[in-house]
Amino acid sequence: MAEITKEDIRKPENLIYKKTDLLTDKPLSYCPGCGHGTAHRIVMEVLEEMDIQDKTIGIAPVGCSVLAYEFMNIDMQQAAHGRAPALATAVKRLNPDKFVFTYQGDGDLAAIGTAETIHACNRGENIVIIFINNGIYGMTGGQMAPTTLPGMKSSTSPYGRDVHMMGNPLKMTELVAQLPGTIYVTRQAVHTPANVRKTKKAIRKAFENQKLNKGLSFVEIVSNCNSGWKMNPVQANEWMVENMFPFYPLGDIKVND
Amino acid sequence: MAKVKGDIVIDIEKCKGCGVCIPACPNDVIALSKNVNGKGYNYAETVNEECIGCANCAIVCPDGVITVYRKKIE
Repeated sequence: MAEITKEDIRKPENLIYKKTDLLTDKPLSYCPGCGHGTAHRIVMEVLEEMDIQDKTIGIAPVGCSVLAYEFMNIDMQQAAHGRAPALATAVKRLNPDKFVFTYQGDGDLAAIGTAETIHACNRGENIVIIFINNGIYGMTGGQMAPTTLPGMKSSTSPYGRDVHMMGNPLKMTELVAQLPGTIYVTRQAVHTPANVRKTKKAIRKAFENQKLNKGLSFVEIVSNCNSGWKMNPVQANEWMVENMFPFYPLGDIKVND
Repeated sequence: MAKVKGDIVIDIEKCKGCGVCIPACPNDVIALSKNVNGKGYNYAETVNEECIGCANCAIVCPDGVITVYRKKIE
């Protein structure tokens, strides 16, 4: 039997996986190893699989992912800091036949946008909220966020977060799960292939819920911030498994069918 | 003999050398190069022929620089 060369394998009919065309060719502005890139890609893959890219409007936040509209090759809006759920409410009410999602980090959603998030969830707006939680303000230089773990070091808590002085971390996902307007609330991660596949399924379910006008779906993705945490990407993922997951356990929190 | 054979193509100019793909690979096909790309990152490269085309590396790659091919061997 003849030996198979790389040229035999690298043929279009043997293609298994390539970056989706819904991401632009622009290099992502994120740090090496950042979970934002993976999260962007799986959102776009879900839109491509559902064939709704021409009917989807995304809302970009303020934070590291402020330039999400540069990378996602769909219709995008960019909201003021924390106001993405309010803008998504307006977009969805004016265009009820469109799919609307927001893509927010923890500084945007859990700090300055807490009111907008909670009220959008409580009203049960028919949108999808994708919440990237890395426990830190990544864009501005690794300051303490509401989601920073107790004892976790950041540039504004150099000796670790002292809960007596700085308060307790905010579990947004558990909080919004209690509200009647949310239909699907889940927490996932994107650090291993298995978790990426699960997250993709969760995002798919969220968009399917929106198709059926069921209510608000909230997908939290626990992610790393290796620059803010001062680690290399692989160490940051290991640190995330050891420290973030016990406090932010993965899995579905609320599933209403 | 393996029943499937895979191959990956890495866009080395877009690779940021984060190394997240390396623990994801079941057959240790990927390693960081000693050379750097135009941006100064030690890009990922294939170091052996054991690839089975599982696409794990491409799925975890934050920058989506890996393209995966797989061929069945009769």
